[in-house]
Amino acid sequence: MCRVAGLFSARNYNIESLTVAPTEDPSVSRMTVVTNGSDAVVEQITKQLNKLVDVIKLIDLNDYKHIERELMLVKVWAGSEAREEVKRLVDIFRGRIIDVSDTTYIIELTGAGEKLNAFLDAMDKKHIIEVVRSGATGICRAEKALRV
Amino acid sequence: MAKKIRGAEIFVKALIDEGVEHVFGYPGGAVLHIYDKLFKQDKLKHILVRHEQGATHAADGYARATGKPGVVLVTSGPGATNCVTGIATAYMDSIPLVVFTGQVHTHLIGNDAFQEVDCIGITRPCVKHNFLVENVRDLTTVIKKAFYVAMTGRPGPVVVDIPKDVTADATEYHYPASIEMRSYRPNTKGHPGQIKRAAELILSAKRPMIYAGGGVILDNAAGDLTELTRLLGYPITNTLMGLGGYPGTDPQFVGMLGMHGTYEANMAMHHCDVLIAIGARVDDRVTGDLAHFCPEAKIIQIDIDPSSISKNVPVDIPIVGSVSHVLGELNKLVKASGAKPADRGKDPWWKQIRKWQASDCLRYDRDSSLIKPQHVLEQIYELTEGAAYVTSDVGQHQMWAAQFYKFDQPRRWINSGGLGTMGFGLPAAMGVQVAFPDACVVCITGEASLVMCIQELSTCLQYSLPVKIVNLNNRYMGMVRQWQEFFYDRRYSHSYMDALPDFVKLAEAFGHVGMCVENPSDVRPMLEEAFSMKNRLVLMDFITDQSENVYPMIASGKGHHEMHLSPERELA
Repeated sequence: MCRVAGLFSARNYNIESLTVAPTEDPSVSRMTVVTNGSDAVVEQITKQLNKLVDVIKLIDLNDYKHIERELMLVKVWAGSEAREEVKRLVDIFRGRIIDVSDTTYIIELTGAGEKLNAFLDAMDKKHIIEVVRSGATGICRAEKALRV
Repeated sequence: MAKKIRGAEIFVKALIDEGVEHVFGYPGGAVLHIYDKLFKQDKLKHILVRHEQGATHAADGYARATGKPGVVLVTSGPGATNCVTGIATAYMDSIPLVVFTGQVHTHLIGNDAFQEVDCIGITRPCVKHNFLVENVRDLTTVIKKAFYVAMTGRPGPVVVDIPKDVTADATEYHYPASIEMRSYRPNTKGHPGQIKRAAELILSAKRPMIYAGGGVILDNAAGDLTELTRLLGYPITNTLMGLGGYPGTDPQFVGMLGMHGTYEANMAMHHCDVLIAIGARVDDRVTGDLAHFCPEAKIIQIDIDPSSISKNVPVDIPIVGSVSHVLGELNKLVKASGAKPADRGKDPWWKQIRKWQASDCLRYDRDSSLIKPQHVLEQIYELTEGAAYVTSDVGQHQMWAAQFYKFDQPRRWINSGGLGTMGFGLPAAMGVQVAFPDACVVCITGEASLVMCIQELSTCLQYSLPVKIVNLNNRYMGMVRQWQEFFYDRRYSHSYMDALPDFVKLAEAFGHVGMCVENPSDVRPMLEEAFSMKNRLVLMDFITDQSENVYPMIASGKGHHEMHLSPERELA
């Protein structure tokens, strides 16, 4: 993971988000990086990542139909007036309230990046205390797979 | 149940089984067990340097000259950090090195222990790959992988960090005959369809240019390149790293290209309609301003590293594969086509090139009362009949060596191109001499570069390495001074070399022969005397003309067609 992060920072590529976790094969980790850049830059990033000796395989998810998911935890003020409003918004977005106190809720939401952004936009800014996002992961639709 | 042996002994046996003959190193606490095992054997020859940087440059020079991996052994902490410059030098020029660094005990790692550094972290950006051996059972596999990674695909330096307890623990010895890595499978065979398209484009070219770089040397493809170039009859230029990949004395060679390349090479690049880039990475010293690079050309690029293709310049026909394989296939296709080589007498493109060659862009004042560095290099070329191993430091002297010493064979020109490391020349020459004890090895250097690794003069004495050091002493950091003259209105900020040593006495203090010369008429006699001493290292101090500049020159941000030429002649 350090090699990937080091590569991005050394060559001045932008990391919007980065997630990494083990797979069903304990000797293999799966990493998802969200970056941005022109086609030429993305092509160079792809080639440089493939050059890393530890990288077994790499795909650009944008080349395929795919599903993206990200987890977000949001801590909000939910005093007596706001409580109903917040709960309604959470239901609309199919999120869950996973922590309750007298004045706060913690909301868990999963979905594609745009859905999470839309939820934050829909929330009144002054209600948001803290936002924690996991970074996006993705998987190709149908039979196409990134496997060893 | 096989016998168990300690990690230190496994290390030495593994290197011997891998075919390593020489190791350049310096001992220390973390590698004491290994050094103990080295003491009791004589199959692996250890060369004791005087600074770990010298070990890496020596191993680097050894690798460039032989094609075998250079091997380094140093201790932890400062031993490892002293290697970083040398590792980065090898990384930039894609040279296979395997650098073994000692490390503190595994249970002390991360504890700010004595002589501990995060060697893996520090070297990560300047190695092809690195490994930390966490258990003695992994040692032989890691060593095998290290050599495999260093030598295959695009070569590069590999660091192996070995904690001290790993060298003390014991296990059974088994050195794998071969290794496979599922995450690393370099592709060497070029795509046949692409090769065919390239052949068609090459044969249809009206103003072709072959541009060949260090990749030809690394892949031992000089023979294939020479065959192709002669079959086609096309002009060819080499990069600084590619010199010797095609015979420099051949009439089809138009000289080096780039920032200090010849007028004819750069003009031909600028006006060509088909550019055939072979084992060259299109780097900024070659291209000048990218917006004006080969504006009229369709570009074919052959390289083993996909990330080098279309990195700086979009390529029309990219071919990923080893240079020797792809050139072999191209040679077959060109022969099968029955095409005749271009007629240098009648062909309009060659006529144009000859006009550019007539400008004599490398001319210099041959009547000066001061020693001209170009003259010294011409004399050395004659005296050694163009067959010496020539190492270089960095700066003006390096450019003059590249311009005036014509290399007909690969692996004779040994210099730091990508990183431009001053101090490289002397230890690299040392490494080459270790590889070829009877060869003539010349180190071209300047007084600023020479003192950076001067301590290696002791290593040269200890192992009787009779390198010939040519110190082109202009009492300035020449290249810096040249830029300050051209672009900083002659504000020579800290580029004057004050308080220089007496180089003759310096050489003698280290046990060698020192000579000094100030008159042009004494240059040849001194060279003859020095080169006749086959068994002594000779340091020759040439007091040269301080005002001399390297021409031609393409300034930063300018194109191939915008060269500065020497004041001797101004060109339209």
